[in-house]
Amino acid sequence: MSNEDAPKVRISNLYKVFGKTPAGVMDKVRTGMSKTDLLEQTGHVLALNDISLDIPARRIQVIMGLSGSGKSTLIRHINRLIEPTAGEIWIDGENVLEMNEAQLRDLRRFKTSMVFQKFGLLPHRTVALNVAYGLEIQGVDEAEAEKRAAHWIDRVGLSGFEQHYPGQLSGGMQQRVGLARALATDAEILLMDEAFSALDPLIRTDMQSILLDLQEELHKTIIFITHDLDEALRLGENIAILRDGAVIQTGTAQDIVMKPADDYIRDFVRDINRGRVITMRSIMTPGASAASATIPAATSLEEALPLLNAIDGHAATAVDKAGNPLGSIDLSTAIDAMRVAE
Amino acid sequence: MEWLAEFPSLDRRELSNMKKGIDGAFREFSRAYGEGLEAFFYPLLKFMVWFEKLLQATPWPIILVVVAGLSWLGSRSVKVTVGAVIAFIAIGIFGMWEDTMSTLAIISVATIICIAVGIPIGILMARSDRLQGLITPVLDVMQTIPSFVYLIPVVMLLGIGKVPGLLAVCIYAMPPIVRLTNLGIRLVDRDVLEAATAFGASPKQKLWGVQVPLALPNIFAGVNQTIMMALSMVVVASMIGVQGLGVPVLRAISNQYLALGVMNGLAIVALAIIFDRVSQTFGKRLQAHRKGHH
Ligand SMILES: Nc1ncnc2c1ncn2[C@@H]1O[C@H](COP(=O)(O)OP(=O)(O)OP(=O)(O)O)[C@@H](O)[C@H]1O
Ligand SMILES: [Mg+2]
Repeated sequence: MSNEDAPKVRISNLYKVFGKTPAGVMDKVRTGMSKTDLLEQTGHVLALNDISLDIPARRIQVIMGLSGSGKSTLIRHINRLIEPTAGEIWIDGENVLEMNEAQLRDLRRFKTSMVFQKFGLLPHRTVALNVAYGLEIQGVDEAEAEKRAAHWIDRVGLSGFEQHYPGQLSGGMQQRVGLARALATDAEILLMDEAFSALDPLIRTDMQSILLDLQEELHKTIIFITHDLDEALRLGENIAILRDGAVIQTGTAQDIVMKPADDYIRDFVRDINRGRVITMRSIMTPGASAASATIPAATSLEEALPLLNAIDGHAATAVDKAGNPLGSIDLSTAIDAMRVAE
Repeated sequence: MEWLAEFPSLDRRELSNMKKGIDGAFREFSRAYGEGLEAFFYPLLKFMVWFEKLLQATPWPIILVVVAGLSWLGSRSVKVTVGAVIAFIAIGIFGMWEDTMSTLAIISVATIICIAVGIPIGILMARSDRLQGLITPVLDVMQTIPSFVYLIPVVMLLGIGKVPGLLAVCIYAMPPIVRLTNLGIRLVDRDVLEAATAFGASPKQKLWGVQVPLALPNIFAGVNQTIMMALSMVVVASMIGVQGLGVPVLRAISNQYLALGVMNGLAIVALAIIFDRVSQTFGKRLQAHRKGHH
């Protein structure tokens, strides 16, 4: 395995039990006792249940699940804001659980940074000083920190608000400050716990666009938590779905929508706009194609349907960016794909 | 059935022996350590004497200017500043200047001591639940026990004078600042603190960069209350030899001088109001960032 492909973050067999004596109930957990039974019989909460997840570098990994599924608990293990009951976490081949206080602080200062659902801004500091906070903790000198903070404030579109206090800003603006603060430290790993969930739908879409734009040039390893499928599908190159503390499916957006692993996920994907999410690539029949018309494989169903309808014979060849044929598609397959799989 | 009618207490001889025993032991203790303690507090005494002399020796116009300056710095309010100056002028006209300077001296020193000791204790308390469990009942006792009760051992140990008076004032006035420092730090938003941790802040950076600044309004409310409580102890402290506005009040009580008592009482009230307004407006200004919420 080349270094390029090595996961940036590797989580293996991670368990987290909240309660008086977590270690004491691990036997029960390992032999498969359910979350409900464990709570009823021992009063312990099983928050994470045998999670193994490899998170690739320089991509957006979304972790999705309903409230209480363990998302916040999981993301806080990556920078060890929460100690696991069992299991391992590796970042760039380093065992996070073996780090001492000082190493852990350095990890948090230089390698990871975080954006929070409730923003977590320092109310007594101005926008400029909030964005510079991570740099100050890193020990960057004041003038330099101020310069870099100004750059990121500009990048998130908050120029002119440097001297405002967080309490004077709207939610969307506060979260831009949160994002700028996280980006300013130059950390390679960005941890985002429902970062946009507290925002109005329109502002939220805005923030997603800002994030995607920035990611196009920054290529950070972003771990993005959400309970919202649309958001997950929009942002996630890889998506892991969490239920009751366990990962029940991982894959690309297409995988999740086209092949939901169980009823829980099927329920999730039932209401989404399939036309926008599903692309030709995931419905084509790979291999040679007789059709002369071509459609890029990245085209969404929504866009492809009128095209296919207009083509004689209602069939086309899916091609990649360079125009190489990848497989064949036809109108009836496309229409089928619009329907929810029962 | 006699034992039901009257509570079965220890008999009188046993009780008096017990009390005598305790008194004797404490007298022994004060004989052995009293001088050492006095020596320990000697620098404090020197400082208090010096400070009182300084205030009394300073020409009154300078004091008025300083009062006006401090009021303005604290409150940034013309009303408060002018009010403070007028109150001091009235105090001077009615012949209470010297006693007021003595009272100011002891209140200032007591407040400084309460801040210097109380804030660190409050910080430690906020960082450990066990310490909080230990100190809270002590604070309760300090605040509720009648001051005359702890005046007895203080006087037995240190005699009559400024230092025992100062101690009595401090015992009474310290609890609010400890409590409010502890409370203020504990009330700091957990999400904000978590954010600081997530960015790699050390415990020290969190304390001074996040917790203390965010607790400042509460800490300041504590300082304000401490000053108020110190002022309310002025009369009691004068019973054990502290100079100041309390002395004429005491004299007024024993001789039934109505005017003397009321005048000096009003002077104490005036000081209290000035301290309160100045420190409250200052505390409010510390929270400037909380204004303008959307
Ligand atoms: N400190 C704690 N003590 C006890 N139980 C906890 C603690 N933190 C989390 N839990 C429990 O662990 C489970 C997972 O919680 P977590 O906050 O990770 O869920 P989540 O997916 O982030 O939910 P949400 O969408 O509401 O934020 C829940 O059952 C929760 O009650
Ligand atoms: Mg959560």
